[in-house]
Amino acid sequence: MKESENTSGRRKFLRNLSQVMGGIGAVFALIPFLSSMSPSEKTKTAAAPVEIDISKIQPGTFKVVAWRGKPVWIVRRTDEMISNIKDNNNILSDPESSKEHQPIYAKNKYRSIKPEYLVLLGICTHLGCSPTYKPDNKSTELGLDWEGGFFCPCHGSKFDLSGRVYKGMPAPHNLEVPPHHYMSDNIIVIGQDGEDV
Amino acid sequence: MSKFMAWIDQRLPVSSFFRNHLSKYYAPKNFNFFYYFGGLALFIFILQIVTGIFLTINYKPDAAQAFASVEYIMRDVNYGWLIRYLHSTGASFFFLVIYLHMFRALLYGSFKKPRELLWIFGMLIFVLLIAEAFMGYLLPWGQMSYWGAQVIISLFGAIPFFGESLALWIRGDYVVSDVTLNRFFAFHVIALPLLLFALIYLHLAALHTVGSNNPDGIEIKEMKDSEGIPRDGIPFHPYYTVKDIYGLMVFLTIFMFIVFFLPEFGGYFLEKDNFVPANPLKTPEHIVPLWYLTPFYGILRAIPDKLGGVLAMGLAILVLFILPWIDRCPVKSIRYRSVSYKILLTLFIISFIGLGYTGMQTPTTIITWMGRLFTLIYFGFFIALYYMSPNEKTKEVPERVQMDE
Repeated sequence: MKESENTSGRRKFLRNLSQVMGGIGAVFALIPFLSSMSPSEKTKTAAAPVEIDISKIQPGTFKVVAWRGKPVWIVRRTDEMISNIKDNNNILSDPESSKEHQPIYAKNKYRSIKPEYLVLLGICTHLGCSPTYKPDNKSTELGLDWEGGFFCPCHGSKFDLSGRVYKGMPAPHNLEVPPHHYMSDNIIVIGQDGEDV
Repeated sequence: MSKFMAWIDQRLPVSSFFRNHLSKYYAPKNFNFFYYFGGLALFIFILQIVTGIFLTINYKPDAAQAFASVEYIMRDVNYGWLIRYLHSTGASFFFLVIYLHMFRALLYGSFKKPRELLWIFGMLIFVLLIAEAFMGYLLPWGQMSYWGAQVIISLFGAIPFFGESLALWIRGDYVVSDVTLNRFFAFHVIALPLLLFALIYLHLAALHTVGSNNPDGIEIKEMKDSEGIPRDGIPFHPYYTVKDIYGLMVFLTIFMFIVFFLPEFGGYFLEKDNFVPANPLKTPEHIVPLWYLTPFYGILRAIPDKLGGVLAMGLAILVLFILPWIDRCPVKSIRYRSVSYKILLTLFIISFIGLGYTGMQTPTTIITWMGRLFTLIYFGFFIALYYMSPNEKTKEVPERVQMDE
């Protein structure tokens, strides 16, 4: 066949078309590989709720438990610590807990169901380090105006005794409160909301 | 022998390759100390591949066994301690050598036209090397491995809209876990080394296309004799192979001394906290990346905003890619550039080392402010260079390279 203007136009079109189709095919071929890197079914089902006995926690101390492989703190606050938690402190970034980093039942200044027990995800909202519990006021390390709370050693973020972040910290928001409820007075279930929610 | 080579050459261009890239490849005759580091980087790359292969023979990429398998290599495998210390010390020296190699480019303008692509391939190698080192550091599954990975992967979470899903996709789990360790092993031992190998090939191919720069920043190809050989060039082999072997001997003396006597290097090459197995429930008191990443970590910490810090850190590396278009001064070498450039470069080096220092310290108020000052200088260098470089008062560049008597 002789190559005329007409057929060379057709060749060009067919060549471009096959390139585009091949390209689209190659992109779709990536999907199984990329998707295989997402959490597997086994990983997803490993995220079940856990039951914790809180009767042995002494006032002023805290307990670390694992939920979904993450540290969860249960802090038993003393009366003095509770009275130290201010209503609307202008040094806090989000004192009202207006952003949704806690279930609705923890949207108060104690960020908990009962003021005595605080349940927090022990992961800094900045870059995922686990902050340190610094309950004593007037710490030499954190200054004389320190009223107790949590301090992240990685990048220096400070949180109060309710896990609310101070202003001007690298951490963008308050520490997260995981869903939880009381099964009885001594047992907390972490990872599940109560039935009334 | 020549008959044998003739038989080979008819089937594979071995002799002509040797001629084109070694015995008849002309490099400027005035290379100095700073020209050792490219070759040394290649040597360390091969060292890391070889020691890495021997480490994988005994290492187990499993969260329950990884830490113990590294201790097994250290205590029970014949010469396991040596192979691992060569690999871990090699990682730190890789960065030392690469930073000096990059500094050389800043001194003599080796990134400038016609070497922009050469520079970009080099920068890609640098970025991949950071990823390679970061993923390798998770494998011993110590406290610093674990929390370092946790922090760096969380950086991706700062990206708006899809950041959290991206971090989840990288980890393959809600936190750094066995799943993460397993995939980082795969990336560290096969995916990234293959990419690095390809990029090093491209880096060298680009180098041999344009030819090496030199401390005078003169194109030796513009001054050729009647036979078409650069007047200021000497054959790479034997002249520079001999020079590089000498440099390698000196390098190995220092390197092996550290491998044998100071493999942890006071906690800078192997951090103290990494001798404790990973504990996902407790962050170490003082968490820092290894020394070679602290300058960028220092920038991250200096910015009091999560997304801002991540962006600044990314920008600190990205800006280097476009350096050939930021520095608009036609003169390459610092020898013939203005005093202003010398001051700017000095400040830049001070800020880089300063950020390396602040990135290592506990974040107190003073350290944070020092970090901010250095961050300002770091970025200020590029802005000042962009505006200053076209109108620089440069000295006259000689036609031929200058040799020290």
